[in-house]
Amino acid sequence: MTPHPRQPRGPSIRMRLYAVALLLGLASFGLAVRAVDLQVVRRGFLQEQGQARFLRTVPIPVSRGSIFDRNGEPLAVSTPVESIWANPGVLLQHAERLPQLARALGIDAAELAASLRKRASRSFVYLQRQLAPAAAAEIMALDIPGVNEKREYKRYYPSGAVAAHVLGFTNIDDKGQAGLELAFDAALSGKPGAQRVIRDRRGRVVENVDMVEQPQPSRDLTLSIDRRIQYLAWRDLEHTVQEHGAASGSLVVMDVRSGEILAMVDQPGYNPNNINASEPGQRRNRAVTDVMEPGSVMKPFTIATALESGKWTPTTPVDTRPGTLRLDGHVIHDTRNHGLLDVTSVLTKSSNVGASKISLTLSASHMYDVLRRFGFGATSGSGFPGESAGVLPPPNTWSELRKATISYGYGVSVTALQLARAYAAIGNGGVLHTPTFIKGGGDAGVAVIDPQIADELVRMLETVVSPEGTALKAAIANYSVAGKTGTSHIASGGGYSNRYVSVFVGLAPGNDPRLVTVAVVKDPTRGSYYGGLVAAPLFAHVTAGALRLLDVPPDNVQHWYVGAPDNGMPIDAGGDAPDYAPDNDNYKEGAMP
Amino acid sequence: MRRFAWLPVAVLLALVLASAIATVWARHESRVEFGALTTLRHQRDQLNVEFGRLELEQATWAEPSRVETVARGKLGMIDPPADAIGMIRP
Repeated sequence: MTPHPRQPRGPSIRMRLYAVALLLGLASFGLAVRAVDLQVVRRGFLQEQGQARFLRTVPIPVSRGSIFDRNGEPLAVSTPVESIWANPGVLLQHAERLPQLARALGIDAAELAASLRKRASRSFVYLQRQLAPAAAAEIMALDIPGVNEKREYKRYYPSGAVAAHVLGFTNIDDKGQAGLELAFDAALSGKPGAQRVIRDRRGRVVENVDMVEQPQPSRDLTLSIDRRIQYLAWRDLEHTVQEHGAASGSLVVMDVRSGEILAMVDQPGYNPNNINASEPGQRRNRAVTDVMEPGSVMKPFTIATALESGKWTPTTPVDTRPGTLRLDGHVIHDTRNHGLLDVTSVLTKSSNVGASKISLTLSASHMYDVLRRFGFGATSGSGFPGESAGVLPPPNTWSELRKATISYGYGVSVTALQLARAYAAIGNGGVLHTPTFIKGGGDAGVAVIDPQIADELVRMLETVVSPEGTALKAAIANYSVAGKTGTSHIASGGGYSNRYVSVFVGLAPGNDPRLVTVAVVKDPTRGSYYGGLVAAPLFAHVTAGALRLLDVPPDNVQHWYVGAPDNGMPIDAGGDAPDYAPDNDNYKEGAMP
Repeated sequence: MRRFAWLPVAVLLALVLASAIATVWARHESRVEFGALTTLRHQRDQLNVEFGRLELEQATWAEPSRVETVARGKLGMIDPPADAIGMIRP
């Protein structure tokens, strides 16, 4: 090594080179380690953290489907509303804005502050729910930190109380709580989905990364209900219930041929747009959930059993003298001594003694079987939530007395819907359909009785709506009507009270039934309580309107129009059914237990 | 021959560069389009909402009870009595 004139002190140049190389090596190594650490070891964590800063999973909301009537008129529609919510922690840091916020919300500032402080540990508190979008926009325009809005849906029922019992209602989260809203909740609500998106700094979605969960779109529901008939039924039932001071009432109109329910109304009613103002008792769909002892409207099924047994024909004589029948120490009454009747006029006059005498020749198991075939003692399969099955005791428990009372409608309980269904089968040539609330939802039906017997029953029931029968007031101009009245005592506390259920079930037009209407009025306290005077006129009003709305051709025209083309004159015809004469008390019926 | 040995490399380099730019451009384009799609979806939802509201409004105006009130009260219409109805034989 040659000495250098200006060799510096300290480590040699080589040493310094080594040192630099070492430092550089260490630095590179450090970088490599760091790189491996970041890229390999902590990769998952870091990627997650990075994505958490711009990747977002956002829900894809699905709004609740609408409900339409059979003609496409909306019955229930969800529209968006805004709910205002706050993050109390953030909001309380800006307490000076609270009075302004309270004013906008229309509440007391001190109260607002107190309630926020109580919930300070939470990060989500509703301030006001379901505001109109415009009102919410005003509050959001104040731009108060910690105050946000959230879109929700509110259900509106344009028909209000008219269709309330059938449709049911939803809760504040737009979930079905009762009625068809509950029965078809799954289809109506759909299922919200979720997707992963990339959001930019301003919160705008810039890229759709992938679908986390496919949303299931909600479905609209088209009901078999006809809004116009529903309204007619509602208006007339309300009027009848008020006029007679009744406790409650139900009315069902059903298409005989398909089992589609065209109208179903109940009294008392409620406003589905303001649920909180009503009692639970007002919201019950009584036509489906409430049972009653139907009384004389069950007699046609006794007669059906009698005809089926082959022991009776419509003209077989039945001696109802002297208007009472003693059985097991119990006396069955008619309203008066009807004398010698035949099977048809047992229905016309609604004779309890006649029905009892006929039932005594029939076996309990046969009567039970016929009632079961017509759908009594079982839910109808309509799918309506809370539907009652009624009560039909098994035949081995029937004594002779019970068999007799069941023959005229005591000792069994039925719903209005069950009655509609069973009578529809009579009017439909003995084919029983499952009632449905969905347009086109009718099933093929089951034959429950010989078509000839069904036809005979309709002919016999037509005599009820005549000057000799109990239901002259069920007559409809230009149409023939087949039907049956019922007036039954309401059972209470082990016995029967002096309160009544007034029922009429009718088929129209009589020659080829299209509609069955069940009218039930419970506990009428003013005026009459007989089915022929309370429920029958109600039936006639509603059915007449329904026949007209559905363009059903008349089958019993009183007066053909034969006028000259110059006509503008009123046509004179004796269309309306004559009223009861003062001494005519045909409408009287019902048991005297 | 050796004079142009760099050419393939340069061409490939240019292609890589072009494809990189194209990718960026396509990505950008997709974001713009997605933005447009989002706007349109939003518009669709708004229109659906408005349609629902109009449907409700229409249903409220055409409510049978209101129609009846107007027909009877304002227009003086009545249900023809049964004896004023004549049927035309088909």
